[in-house]
This record gives sequence, structure tokens and C-alpha cells, in this order.
Amino acid sequence: MTTVAPAQPPTDERERLADFEARIAAGESIEPKDWMPERYRKQLVRMMSQHAHSEIVGMLPEGNWITRAPSLRRKTSLIAKVQDEAGHGLYIYCGTETLGVDRSELVGDLLSGKAKYASIFNYPTLTWADVGVIGWFVDGAAIVNQTVLAKASYGPYARAMIRICKEENFHKRQGYEIVATLANGTPAQREMVQDAVNRWWWPTLMMFGPHDAASSNSDELLRWRVKRFTNDQLRQRFVNLTVPQAQAVNLSLPDPALRYDAETEDWRFGEIDWDEFWQVVKGDGPCNRERLAARNRAHDDGAWVRAAAEAYAAKHAAAAGAA
Amino acid sequence: MTDTQWPLWEVFTQEGQGAPHEHAGSVHAVDAEQALQNARDVYARRGKVVSLWVVPSIAISASTPEDVGPFFDPGNDKPYRHPQFYKVPRGVRVY
Amino acid sequence: MGYGNAPDEPEFGAGSDAPARVVPDAPAAGPVVRTHTSGPGDNALFEYLLRLGDDRLILGQRLAEWCGHGPILEEDIALANVSLDLFGHATLLLKLAAEVEGNGRDEDALAFLRDAVELRNVQLVELPRGDFGFTIARQFLFDAFGELYFAALARSTHEALAGIAAKAHKEIRYHLRHSTDWVLKLGDGTPESHARMQRAFDELWRFTGELFAMDDVDRAMVEQGIGVDASTLRGAWRDRVNAVLAEATLRVPDDGYMVGGGRLGRHTEFLGHLLAEMQSVVRAHPGAQW
Repeated sequence: MTTVAPAQPPTDERERLADFEARIAAGESIEPKDWMPERYRKQLVRMMSQHAHSEIVGMLPEGNWITRAPSLRRKTSLIAKVQDEAGHGLYIYCGTETLGVDRSELVGDLLSGKAKYASIFNYPTLTWADVGVIGWFVDGAAIVNQTVLAKASYGPYARAMIRICKEENFHKRQGYEIVATLANGTPAQREMVQDAVNRWWWPTLMMFGPHDAASSNSDELLRWRVKRFTNDQLRQRFVNLTVPQAQAVNLSLPDPALRYDAETEDWRFGEIDWDEFWQVVKGDGPCNRERLAARNRAHDDGAWVRAAAEAYAAKHAAAAGAA
Repeated sequence: MTDTQWPLWEVFTQEGQGAPHEHAGSVHAVDAEQALQNARDVYARRGKVVSLWVVPSIAISASTPEDVGPFFDPGNDKPYRHPQFYKVPRGVRVY
Repeated sequence: MGYGNAPDEPEFGAGSDAPARVVPDAPAAGPVVRTHTSGPGDNALFEYLLRLGDDRLILGQRLAEWCGHGPILEEDIALANVSLDLFGHATLLLKLAAEVEGNGRDEDALAFLRDAVELRNVQLVELPRGDFGFTIARQFLFDAFGELYFAALARSTHEALAGIAAKAHKEIRYHLRHSTDWVLKLGDGTPESHARMQRAFDELWRFTGELFAMDDVDRAMVEQGIGVDASTLRGAWRDRVNAVLAEATLRVPDDGYMVGGGRLGRHTEFLGHLLAEMQSVVRAHPGAQW
């Protein structure tokens, strides 16, 4: 895929750019007040806000099962997990705000459909087993992505990611524990979790994005240390980690082409249905509309609350000023 | 009134008696009471925090990268400010 | 605004000299016949613990419905925090109840396998969550009550119950701080928020009397030094509610007819739907482990 070289910036700008890229290559952190190329700022706003949006929308598929969680322990674990996701979204939104954009603008872009978020959350959770499988697969995939981001070049993003990584481990463990319990349970439970695995496996692999050759942003992001491995590398890493985990609980993965390559020590897998991938990315996945509708409804229903809090604060600040 | 996500506040947490307060991140809130509660829920719900400070982000003044030279460099060539500069005979207590 | 001021501690069981620690009712020999209205002395402690546990189980469930749908991200986190605390209290209380019953049930069996007529929560907590104002108003009324109740309960002669109450009380104080702040902000916010809050309190008021009602089970618990005389808390509760609502520019509704019956399993129609949802997965797979 060809890229068009940007027009050459003025000498001063070129020097600054060279300095900037040297700093990054040396492993330094870029902080909010540092000079940065406008493209870097834009890319980071895009990446970080998409990540934050994903955390927020990601609350919905699992949140769907909070009221029906089948034990007090599972219920409280799930609420805590969804609460963490809200917190992660919050950390990253705040990190994005350091780049000079207000959260209300970011929220507006999500609600209008202008901004993207991880497509995986456009799939429905149909059974309790889906909750376990999401924790196992989706959080597992997120962890593969995120440990890398903890060393991202932009300071606020890296710091948010360190905090997130610390909290993320319990999510995947919780998911896998649910899956293992079901896999070792009644025939109906086994069937439930195998069915969930069959539905979530391929969408999870799609989470890592298009094949490297088809991925337009990659080179720049790699050079600027906002991305450290390619989509395909991360996807392979995830598959290698997950296949043995499935074997350990006697669950099969819905890929007849899956086989171990002893030479490369990789689990080779079949071809992803890219038509489905692009369809979902473009807004025609199973739940895209419902997800956005839910977020819009919460936002609209909450408008009077947000306004009231501001009105109260304004009244009392005025009173304090007058005192 | 335009719909906002409320003003931004910076949060500092102290993770044990005697430790310094460190920047933990930000929250949105309309006033200090709400900022404290939100900060507690977002940054202190896993325990280990004994004290919280919240400050409206606009109240913070910061040095800029351009300041680095004048503000910070002179310190690098004044080693007499550091204990390692001074030699003390072995066995002698200085404090 | 005195968040930290604790009201004068009420008499723990009017006029009683707290007796030495009482051994809870011994479990019945053989299967217990569960009637819808247990008499006092017939597993009174079990009944009492169910009441306390069910209040928090059901309210926790209502708050959990907000997850992902709150008015702003910070509130999603705050409401989840309260919900988690309530489920924590419910788990401990129902676990203790199951031990006292001694029939092999655990806290999950109690939470997921009882029908509405067997639940012992007050009706206040089972009402649908309504808008954010309704949720906050209900939470405030319940927190103001809980703060007083659990402060007293922390002095129970039943050691395990006292321990649960002491820990819960700390968390309830924080809940009360949160709900109080929102009552003020919404009551004294915009004309719309003010109207919504006034409507909420007007609607909720007739459910508050049940919090302070005493029956034979409560009296038996008080006599044994285990339970709290809720009727003695009403004054302090009214003081706080009056003060906060006044500051929020809201009118305290007049006392009129008060609903009741939740403690004996007589609930609104809302509870059945809540339980149907809450228990659906467990009931679809009898005997399964989760």
C-alpha cells in the first residue's frame, strides 16, 4: 500500500521533528507541554479516544448480565469489572484531554457515530457463558495489546496504561474461572460455554485489526512508539496463549484449520472473514445501533442531572464570592 | 446552558503515612466536595490511599519545556549541593 | 454541613440492661416448615437477619441496574461502588442467616431460590429505580436510616452481627455523604431538577414509615440485646432529613398513610419482576454450580 509523503515542513520544523523522533528513539517520554508534530497529536487523540470509547461501550455487553449473574460472588465480581472499565475509560479520556481536547467533544463524537470503538463490543451477549468468554478472550486480547502500550511514547497514555494493566489481570482471570466452572459443570453448562466460544472466537481475532499489509496507520505509529508490534504479531501471540488454555478445559475452537507448527512454535489458524470485519466496522454489526442508542439514552437522560450540578456549583461559588 | 462534562480536576494521592502526595490522574466534578468523592471512587477504591488532594486543573501553573535550560540546567554543574561532593574520613559520623 | 457529626446515640433497646451474649436459637431438629409469617421465637433471629440482608440485596440490585447508564462516567463508578458495598453487606448477613437457620442453605440459596413472598425487605428498596433523582432520593432516605441503625447495631450482643454492622457502618457513612451531596445539588440546582426531586420525595414518603415499624420479631431481638429498636431512631432521622431537604430548598412531605408488609413477605408487584430477572439463570439450571 502506498503512502503519500507529507509536504516538507520548514527547516525549523524539520529540526524539531528530527529532535522529537530522536527523543522517542532514545526511549524518552513526550509530555503534554512538549513540542510535537500535529500529526502525532492527532494520531494520539484518535488512538486514545478510541481506546477510551471502547472501555465505555465495553461496559454494555457485560453490564447486560449484572442483574442476572447466578451467584452473589459472580455478581459482585462482574460489577467490579464493569466499574473498572468505566474507570479505565475515565483514565484514558483524561489522558486525551492533556492533548487539548475537552471530554464533551470526545463524548459527542462517540454519540454521533463519528468516532470508532473496538468492534468486538458490537456483538451481543446471549448467555451467562458469554460473560466468562469475554473475560477470557476479549480481556485476554486487550492485555496482549496493553502491556505493550505501557511503554508508549506519550507520557499520560503510558501512565494510564500502567494503572490499567495492574487492574486488568483480575478481569481475565475472572473470565477464565467462569469458563472453567462451566466447562466442568452440567451438560447444559458445557454446551452453553462451547456455544459462546464458537460465537466469540473469530470476532476476538478481528480485534487485532486488518492484516499488516492492509493497515494504513501502522508505520508512523511504530516509528513514534505508539505501537510496538504489528497487528498480525499481536494476533499470533494471542492465539498462542489461548489455544492451550482452551485445551486445558476441553473446549474446542471453531477453526478446522488450527494446527501447531513445531518449527515456528506457533498455532497456525484459518483465514478471518474480512467481509464480516468491515461490515461491523462500518456500522452494520449485530448491535452497533443498540450500543450507540444505549449510550445516547444515558447521555440524554442525564442532561438535567449534569446541568443541575453545574447550576448548584455556580450558585454556591457566587455566594462564596459575595461572602 | 451548554451541556458539559464538568470542569477538570487533578488528583493527588498519598499512599501511606509520611509518603508524599503523588499525581494520580484527573476527574471531572463541579465542586471540591464532588471532586473529592469522585477521586476517592476512581483512584482510591483499591485501598492503600490515606489522603487525597484535588485541585482544579486551571489552578495549576507549570514550567514549560522552554524553561528547562534556564530553570534546571544550572543545577547540573554545582556539585557542592550534593553530599557526594564532600569527603569525610572513614569511621567519622557526620550527623 | 456536618457530614461527620454523629447524632446522639439512641438507646439500644428502650430501657433494657444489655444482657450477656445470648446464644442464637438452636436449629430445629428436622426440616423446618416455612410459613409466610413466622411468629416470634420461631427462628426470630433468622427472620431478623433475612430482613437486614434482603434490604441490601434488593437495593444493591436496583443500583446495579445503573451500570453503564449513569448521567456521567464518574457517577457510573460511584453508584457501582454503593451497589458493591450493599451486596457485600447482604452477602455477610444472608450467610449468617443461613448459618443460624442451620438447614444446609447458603447465602446464594437464600438470594436466588426464594419467591417474593419469602423475601423480607422493606418495600422502599424494591421500587423501580426511576430517574436519577428518584434513585438518589430513595438512597438518601435509606442511607440516613441505615447510618443510625447500623451505628446502634454495632453494639449488638451478637458478636458476628456486631462485627458486620461496624464494618457496614463505615461504608454507609460514605453512601450518606454521596446521596446527601446529590440531594443538595439536585434540589437546589435547576427548576427541572428541583421539580423532579420534590416529586421523588413526595412519591417515596409513604414508604418510609416501614423503616421504623417494630413487630414481635424486632421486639424479641431487642429483648435479647441482639437487635435495634428502630422506632427510637425516627426522631434523629427526621432531624437529618428535615435539615438536608431544607438546605436543598425542598419541602418535607406530610406524614400520611404509610405502607407496610414487606417484613412479612407482602410486597409490591415490582419485586416479582426483579426476582424473575435476578434468579432466572439459577432457576434454569437446578443444582448447577457457578
